[in-house]
Amino acid sequence: MATKAFQKIYTKITQITKATCSLKATGVGNDELATVDGKLAQVVKIMDDDVTLQVFEGTEGIPTNAEVIFLGKAPSLKVSDQLAGRFFNAFGDPIDGGPEVEGVEVEIGGPSVNPVRRKQPSELIATGIAGIDLNNTLVSGQKIPFFADPDQPYNQVMANVALRAKADKIILGGMGLTNDDYLYFKNVFNDAGVLDRIVSFVNTTENPPVERLLIPDMALTAAEYFAVEKNQKVLVLLTDMTSYADALAIVSNRMDQIPSKDSMPGSLYSDLAKIYEKAVQFPDGGSITIIAVTTLSGGDITHAIPDNTGYITEGQLFLRRDSDIGKVIVDPFRSLSRLKQLVAGKKTREDHPQVMNAAVRLYADAANAKTKLENGFDLTDYDERTLAFAKDYSDKLLAIDVNIDTTEMLDVAWSLFRKHFKPEEVNIKQEFVEKYWSK
Amino acid sequence: MPTKGKVKGIISNLVTVEVDGPVAQNEICYISISDTRLMAEVLKVNRGNVFVQVFESTRGLKVGNDVEFTGYMLEVTLGPGLLSRNYDGLQNDLDKLTGVFLKRGEYNSPLDTEKLWDFKPLAKAGDKVEAASWLGEVDENHQPHKIMVPFVMEGEYTVKSIVAAGQYKINDTIAVITDTDGNDHNITMVQKWPVKKAINVHREKPRPFKLLETGVRTIDTANPIVEGGTGFIPGPFGTGKTVLQHAISKQAEADIVIMAACGERANEVVEIFVEFPELEDPHTGRKLMERTIIVANTSNMPVASREASVYTAMTIAEYYRAMGLKVLLMADSTSRWAQALREMSNRMEELPGQDAFPMDLSAIIGAFYSRAGFVYLKNGATGSITFIGTVSPAGGNLKEPVTEGTKKAARCFYALEQSRADRKRYPAVNPIESYSKYIEYPEFGEYIKTRINGDWIGKVNRMKTILQRGKEVQEQINILGDDGVPVDYHVTFWKSEVIDFVILQQDAFDKVDAMCPLNRQEFMLDLVMGICDTDYKFDTFLEVMEYFKRIINVCKQMNYAEYKSADFDKYLAELNTILDERKK
Repeated sequence: MATKAFQKIYTKITQITKATCSLKATGVGNDELATVDGKLAQVVKIMDDDVTLQVFEGTEGIPTNAEVIFLGKAPSLKVSDQLAGRFFNAFGDPIDGGPEVEGVEVEIGGPSVNPVRRKQPSELIATGIAGIDLNNTLVSGQKIPFFADPDQPYNQVMANVALRAKADKIILGGMGLTNDDYLYFKNVFNDAGVLDRIVSFVNTTENPPVERLLIPDMALTAAEYFAVEKNQKVLVLLTDMTSYADALAIVSNRMDQIPSKDSMPGSLYSDLAKIYEKAVQFPDGGSITIIAVTTLSGGDITHAIPDNTGYITEGQLFLRRDSDIGKVIVDPFRSLSRLKQLVAGKKTREDHPQVMNAAVRLYADAANAKTKLENGFDLTDYDERTLAFAKDYSDKLLAIDVNIDTTEMLDVAWSLFRKHFKPEEVNIKQEFVEKYWSK
Repeated sequence: MPTKGKVKGIISNLVTVEVDGPVAQNEICYISISDTRLMAEVLKVNRGNVFVQVFESTRGLKVGNDVEFTGYMLEVTLGPGLLSRNYDGLQNDLDKLTGVFLKRGEYNSPLDTEKLWDFKPLAKAGDKVEAASWLGEVDENHQPHKIMVPFVMEGEYTVKSIVAAGQYKINDTIAVITDTDGNDHNITMVQKWPVKKAINVHREKPRPFKLLETGVRTIDTANPIVEGGTGFIPGPFGTGKTVLQHAISKQAEADIVIMAACGERANEVVEIFVEFPELEDPHTGRKLMERTIIVANTSNMPVASREASVYTAMTIAEYYRAMGLKVLLMADSTSRWAQALREMSNRMEELPGQDAFPMDLSAIIGAFYSRAGFVYLKNGATGSITFIGTVSPAGGNLKEPVTEGTKKAARCFYALEQSRADRKRYPAVNPIESYSKYIEYPEFGEYIKTRINGDWIGKVNRMKTILQRGKEVQEQINILGDDGVPVDYHVTFWKSEVIDFVILQQDAFDKVDAMCPLNRQEFMLDLVMGICDTDYKFDTFLEVMEYFKRIINVCKQMNYAEYKSADFDKYLAELNTILDERKK
């Protein structure tokens, strides 16, 4: 970063911790950027002339006489159409060997949308995956994470969703992404010939963890440019938000803050909400949809990160390996799309909500039957039929390799009802049964 | 001269200010930053240093910036024109703010100062009045909005003059009243009140006893809430907390509904913005929005004003209660409010209590819930604030501080349950864990007799016993196996399932089933209890399941049909045929 002539240079650092350093300085603004020994840092605390800086790369090797230069601005990104097709690091600098982007400089982490100016999301995002479209329909302007253990193929599913979603722009925010996964996304987008619709901000496991904190705001600032200025439908992929939260915990720990649940900072909810609530349907047609990944440890959703996330996002998608069919499925019990009722039965066929609920209810009956079986009890005829249904349902609808349209999904569901049950066993409104049972 | 100060330190939205004069705890001040001013509230004073929480982002704030204190606490403006508005936590009118994005430092007037209101005097010259006495009224969206002597005025006054009926603006003087020392005071239609102080202008606050009908069976029938009662809905995410809360606010027979969207999802607020202006109030046939006020501080809006938002909403509720109206206040969610308290307490480096929440959390929650209630006003009229808060327990664990603190304060408990939600049994309120203390009040028992004939409470209790028994039997069946228990056990279990499917479960998205009036609830409970009180003959448990599934299916179709319609009667006849098949 070039030094300007009139900038004052400080060379007396009074305190250094693993992530922060402090010095005496005046005229400094809160949240302002600085460089410490050439490394980018941000003001996090000011007390009189004592200024504490968070150094994104970490403080390794910073001497007490390092040069500190304040840049007079908060972290920012230059936005223009030139962003499209490019790969950047957490600071918004190109990492693909291409030229610097020219455009308007915008501070990242900008203000919130006035809630009365939001439009109600109402546009279906079709993914072809029945576990999503049928049971947990996605809507543009929604924010929803995959809750998945690290060994599950969430990045592949997410890439599939992104490609099928018909978005004008796809913005990838990679936090603590392995280099292999980064290359995977790059190849998939490249092979699909959509690179010109993609903007990527990537922090891999090779980069310092604290840098990750900038990724979501960078990605969403770019997203706001396309959604507000160009009225485009923007899909933002954030993977993995657990790495982001871990970085938050590192910083708050270094700043001697009292940790709350699971050693996470007390402000975790607000920190995550600031990111996820950038998902919005704008009145002029542009929208930002966020699909994120929150990796779990052993499926534990009571941990502070998935727990707080669940309260912010509009549902969650669970992936699970179904040993009966040997495929990964979208778990119908634990997955939820809170916005599905805005489109299900309205933008899709009228019987959608009832069919979806009936199928899940029958699947729950199968789960009970399975417990009975495991405990060594005899199964009733109904139990046997639910088990057979569950296997078909899992294979033909829940598996992530399904790719059909919503009407076909409903027809498949009815055919499974017909195959395994009597009409009065499915608990669906009579008028739909009459219309679709023997179709 | 107002006290002035300079910024001395900044950590996120906690700012330290050096002052040149006196300041009060909770006093409001404004901090200058570039071309605007940010509102802040005093949290702590330590020698010359005043700690203030800024209600907005402090990005770019510098040491040495000017601070100006105002001499008053955070206040709301009260007067005609509050209804159908969308406010933020500091009572800015969100619709009047320009642009798609919120700009910091932009504040506006919550009421329309130019609108003319049809004023009718209720008092006359010579009347003795005191704070909250009704001087006149205007028609606000068909509600009789009382113009009152400002609540801050202590002692007794005499009305010197009052304007004739006619059209006035809120800032016009509508009356002059004289205090005991002979000083005259001009009264307008608008007054201010600090949000953290309760408005206590009633004569008496008895135990609440009148049923507040919500049209939700699992509430009205099983665990009723009353006018002026308090309740809370804790639930892990995804259990239908918001859907239930919206159903209550749409359907409850309240005059005024205030919704405090406190730190929750913006799209949920948008849903209210979109739906309420369209939806009809089932009691009056007018638009729901006409009787609704929304205080929205969504999760991405500044944390400090999240705390303010619940107080703003409660104060507005108290204002309408003083007019003798029935107010329903919903806050979603009080956990977010508690988290805002935690964030500030953390920044101020206070010693933390459990889960890093402030030590006095339980007391703060208790004090807030106690502002609800049913009251007799000094003129004999009644008014009420029914308060229902939601709690978002971390990890779904009900042993966390916010849930425990709320449990001590609220009298109704609607326990949303993950396993019920997983099985799509909505509303996922666990019938056995949930409770309403009001159903035990003798006053309530007397009151309900005026609405429903016969021993309603006895029936409800019997229903709960069957549910309890059904649960026990189910556990035994799970242990011993279907054929390891007598057939009777299956009958008991399936009777409890009938109650569950027909009474407790309700489809909030079906236009008929969504709202079930009390007379229909009475009919259905009688019907279901009739089914439960009948003895049936069965040879095997398989017959039991199949038979009761048919009963449930027909009863569900009844719930979906218009009450007493041809379809409804057809299903009822069908049900009776089924019952006759196996009746002993």
